[in-house]
Amino acid sequence: MSETLLEVRGVAKAFGSIRAVDGVDFDVRRGEVLGLIGPNGSGKSTLFNCILGQLEPDAGEVRFKGESVSGLDPTALSRKGIGRTFQLLQVFPTLSVRDNLIVAGQEHNGSLMGRLFQASEAGQRDRADELLELFRLTRLADEPAGALSYGQQKLLDIAMAFTADPELVLLDEPAGGVNPTMLGDVEGLLRRLNEETGATFVVIEHNMSFVMGLSHRVAVLAQGKMLAMGSPEEIRANPAVIEAYLGD
Amino acid sequence: MLRWILLAAIAAVLLWLPTELKPYGIFLFSNWLLFCVVAIGLNLTIGYAGQISLAQAGFMGIGAYTTAILTTSHGYDFWATLPISAGLSFFIGVIVGYPALRVQHHYLAFVTLGFNILVYLVFRNEDWLTGGAFGVFDIPRPHLFGFSTADPLAFYYVCLGFFLVMFLVARHIVRSPWGRAFAALRDNPVRAASLGVDIRAYTLLAFAIGSMFAGLAGSFYASLLEFIDPYAFAIENSLAFLLMVISGGSATLIGPIIGAGLVLLMPEWLRFAKDYYLMIYALFVMVLMAFCPEGVVGLWRRFVAAARHRRMNAAAAKEPAR
Repeated sequence: MSETLLEVRGVAKAFGSIRAVDGVDFDVRRGEVLGLIGPNGSGKSTLFNCILGQLEPDAGEVRFKGESVSGLDPTALSRKGIGRTFQLLQVFPTLSVRDNLIVAGQEHNGSLMGRLFQASEAGQRDRADELLELFRLTRLADEPAGALSYGQQKLLDIAMAFTADPELVLLDEPAGGVNPTMLGDVEGLLRRLNEETGATFVVIEHNMSFVMGLSHRVAVLAQGKMLAMGSPEEIRANPAVIEAYLGD
Repeated sequence: MLRWILLAAIAAVLLWLPTELKPYGIFLFSNWLLFCVVAIGLNLTIGYAGQISLAQAGFMGIGAYTTAILTTSHGYDFWATLPISAGLSFFIGVIVGYPALRVQHHYLAFVTLGFNILVYLVFRNEDWLTGGAFGVFDIPRPHLFGFSTADPLAFYYVCLGFFLVMFLVARHIVRSPWGRAFAALRDNPVRAASLGVDIRAYTLLAFAIGSMFAGLAGSFYASLLEFIDPYAFAIENSLAFLLMVISGGSATLIGPIIGAGLVLLMPEWLRFAKDYYLMIYALFVMVLMAFCPEGVVGLWRRFVAAARHRRMNAAAAKEPAR
């Protein structure tokens, strides 16, 4: 059995009287793609934000490679090898596409003072160009990111999460707002990154064909609790999941 | 090539023009160079890192009073006061930057505005240290390589050298990975943090470096005027420095230099309008900000983009239809 990369134990978060996440447990194994699905308001994004230091959970613990990372801020988590994307597009609109990728990797090597005296591209140019090619953004490398179409910005947003070669990437709705033509490209890219680099993903997604096609296992959240966990086939056949989320 | 010719022409003008001017003209150009440094520092904080600050005149005052007090009361050489002035303004800049870790935008503006008022009150009321409302007199001009710079033209060249050094320092910072991290902090701090950018460190650095530029310029300003009082460092001047950055073009290297020229020199050029000169100046600023909020550099970029667009259209019209 492969190594457990991320352990989530009893994580809970309430907003007033609403229990957004209510004692959730799950593991993520190295090299797998874990889909996280559930109806709107089931607590998926809140759970992500608790894992990633954007929100402080009321209870529970998160361990990465056996070490507790509860309470660490997003910067520290990124430097430990955990990348993420957000539900809404999050690029740096005034920076060029290439600079968006460079800045995503430059802070992972050397010291703060050292970076003042580094070459402008901070040794990240080759990595940025490699990702530009992989994500088919090379011809737009020098354009401001804000001038790109939504789909192109979505690709850039995902590419940025991979610049620093993270071991674990949490993707919040990578297919959200992407047109059907590009959807296959995004799925193909993520599958390729998983197979070729061994990167581990947790993917929140509402697009069922996308998430079922990409994931090795799927976890289902409903009303802040873990409803089911299993292979895509098991989840599709699970009566509780069908009733709570998938429908007919 | 054109770029180098332009730079050589600017250098020639900066070296030659003051030799043809009377002392007041030389003073104005020296003052402009020092205000350029203050505005370049503020541009690092506001334009590149996106942190609002209305305390730049206060930091300039901290540098000015440091040099004034140390040279007149404690016998320090001007040059020896510079690292103290830089260190003190940097350190206080870090402290003033701390609220930026909690609040942003107009809340942060009021925090920094409050700091400027506090500094001004210290300058005005603490007579035992600052001379109170009367200020500090007889601030000496420095010697450089054994030569006195007491002559206005000689001190102008000192200011020019200082400006060039600080411009190159700012240019290095914005072109280094720090500059890119500042831009990431300005554009999207949440995303920047998720990518490992230490937004706490870069926020504090943006304040501290901007403050240090102002503090150092303040040291030279004290020596330029040979006398300082608190009124030069009041909140109105912080607003004037903000106007320099915005009217010239924030987040550009050249913008604050143009802006400092507009704010400092333009009222002088408009003096032919006698009593109306400040009204004309105010109208100019209002029109510029209303129609080109990106400042003069933004206006120039628009003009270049429109010219390029026209050329492309003309070229397309000449091509035979296929």
